[in-house]
Amino acid sequence: MTQTKHIEMRNVRKAFRFFTLEDLSLDLEPGQIMGFVGPNGAGKSTTIRLLTGLLAPDAGEIRVLGHAMPAAQTLAKRDIGFVSDDMRLFGHATLGWHMQFVASIYPGWDEQYARTLVRRFNLRPQQNVSGLSSGEHAKAVLLLALARRPRLLILDEPTSGLDPVARHELLGEFMDVLRDEDRSILFSSHNTVDVERISDRITFIDRGRLVDSSDKEDFLERWRRIHLQLPAGVALPELPHVVSRVQDGLFVTLTTNRFSPDLISFLGAGVREVQRMSLEEIFVANVMHHRETRGL
Amino acid sequence: MFDSELSIHCIHSMYSGINISQTDARPMYLQIMEQIRARIVAGDWAAGKELPSIRALAAALSVSVITIKRAYLDLENEGVIVTRHGKGSFVAEVNGLAAELQEEKIDEHLAAAAGLGQQLGLTPEELADRLRRAIRNVDRK
Repeated sequence: MTQTKHIEMRNVRKAFRFFTLEDLSLDLEPGQIMGFVGPNGAGKSTTIRLLTGLLAPDAGEIRVLGHAMPAAQTLAKRDIGFVSDDMRLFGHATLGWHMQFVASIYPGWDEQYARTLVRRFNLRPQQNVSGLSSGEHAKAVLLLALARRPRLLILDEPTSGLDPVARHELLGEFMDVLRDEDRSILFSSHNTVDVERISDRITFIDRGRLVDSSDKEDFLERWRRIHLQLPAGVALPELPHVVSRVQDGLFVTLTTNRFSPDLISFLGAGVREVQRMSLEEIFVANVMHHRETRGL
Repeated sequence: MFDSELSIHCIHSMYSGINISQTDARPMYLQIMEQIRARIVAGDWAAGKELPSIRALAAALSVSVITIKRAYLDLENEGVIVTRHGKGSFVAEVNGLAAELQEEKIDEHLAAAAGLGQQLGLTPEELADRLRRAIRNVDRK
């Protein structure tokens, strides 16, 4: 028996006057965290609006928790918690009022968990929202989504603008959700350090197109930077799976997206160093390479 | 499905010794493997001890599930832990496992010393002399 995928996007297209999301396919399995990474204007928020039923695709198929979107969005949304960094709570009402309001709409509301989160996030239910700092506001919005116990959390830039301590607390809370194998999280971010730490799968998008999508460990194993020193008078042949090559006299730096020990034995004694790459370095190299291949 | 706040705090403190360093160039799964190995070598985690579940450790360290899975799988391939399907992972019941790991460690250090010796242009005899001197220094202490 295969479990229902939490997110399934097939060849989705959405065109605007100055921007088109093209041929996007995406899968998220239960129990996983997906980091959704792209530069500004890549199409992250458009994708998230499509997933939450706020936009309808021009072409392609979208299923969230097994429900076709946007047709069955009412059903799907019962189990989706959506948080975006531009969400604003009512300034003149207290956090406690918001908690009661959300609890009255969603039957899955877990009051005990909500109270635990209030304590852990150091919030005050009796305080007016207008008096919260931006970090407290972000935590309050997240609390309202988490305490509903949604099976799928969709978070648009959840840690942007937060200080390191608040980010640490939020990441801990996300991981806590994932103790349950039937829950999953998709979060968009350009903070690659957070993504590298907690994601199981990573998807890169750029200028409306999917660049690469794979298991995190797979990304980190495939990409390497290789520093070479060539013997005088020797030219390096064209090599497969080399996405960038920078030469300065006898010194060459290669970036590969399909690292294998064979490559090192082929290059032989000239190899001075083989370096792993951080997710941020992989992201930048991947996007640059993708733009070159597409002739942008 | 969720533990109470109290037990979550217990889990945090139970594995609080395992750290992921962002300035460490090694991948996260290797850092985790090494810290688990160290606990087994030191005898802190005895043979037969049950390891935390993958999801519990992931939550406690705020590290993705796939990273912990990778660390456990590699430790299993090394024979350091055994995973019984549906029951969890345990420190392997291998006699002398700790000693084996210690010996691996010693070989690693000796290889590093040999490499450095070569770089400095030491002959094997000179290097061996230095090792003997180091042993005498340890004995004196």
